Amino acid sequence: MIYVTRRAEFSASHFYHNPAMSPEENRRLFGKCNNPHGHGHNYTLEVTVAGDVDPATGMVMDLKDLKALVEAEVLQLMDHRFLNKEVPVFATTIPTTENIAIEIWKLLAPRLKSGSLHRIRVYETPDLFVDYFGD
Amino acid sequence: MVYLTRRYRFSASHRLHNDNLTPEDNTRLYGKCDNAFGHGHNYVLEVTVAGEVDPQTGMVIDVGIMDSTVQRQVLDRFDLIYLNLDDPHFRTVVPTTENVCTEIFAALKDGLSDASGGPAARLDRVRLEETPSNFFEYFGDGSSRI
Repeated sequence: MIYVTRRAEFSASHFYHNPAMSPEENRRLFGKCNNPHGHGHNYTLEVTVAGDVDPATGMVMDLKDLKALVEAEVLQLMDHRFLNKEVPVFATTIPTTENIAIEIWKLLAPRLKSGSLHRIRVYETPDLFVDYFGD
Repeated sequence: MVYLTRRYRFSASHRLHNDNLTPEDNTRLYGKCDNAFGHGHNYVLEVTVAGEVDPQTGMVIDVGIMDSTVQRQVLDRFDLIYLNLDDPHFRTVVPTTENVCTEIFAALKDGLSDASGGPAARLDRVRLEETPSNFFEYFGDGSSRI
């Protein structure tokens, strides 16, 4: 089994707010991240695909295909967007780094043509990242 | 299950020396690290917690609470000190990065709490870089997927 990781970057804004809670509770819980105008990050995404090496190609999967898939499914959706307002799932799910990683998993896992999705890592900043393995 | 990792930094000096060994054996074993006056590093610490996402908050752990806990339990304790002399634990334990790594795990294991103040996501991993070229990881009794 070989693990192949492809890195991509996107920039987006977000804010944290749970409409089921009072404004005071939201401010207490989320602090500055509750600012309704949002704030932005340069996210770095790592997509890791696991699989056996195809003896015909020497590859787990064609990285051009993975790059194109990440571009089409993730970057087109999230890059240079205000996540809460422009990405439908984040109208009802708080776009924390945890939830962004889970959503990216859901977007990519069913669409891989070879290998299987092993890990989604999302860096919100160089000092904060989340890993999700699909369970 | 989501794994969240946060990176921190502290700087400290240490000396690798075992009083039970002869000076020659210490020199042979630890080389330049046995220098009697000590030497320092800029350590980079990664702390990973694992847990389910709280649907109320979208978070595994409140990073603000995580930061203040690590600040209090680790950074206030180790930053800008001489480990061998200034930290009681390392007066008797050689402050190799292995030993600093496991001591940080022990210091954090029960100290992290979640956004509601309840028990936090599980401490999964402590990774400590002594320099950009070497690092050590400790998972408690288990193993990590990261």
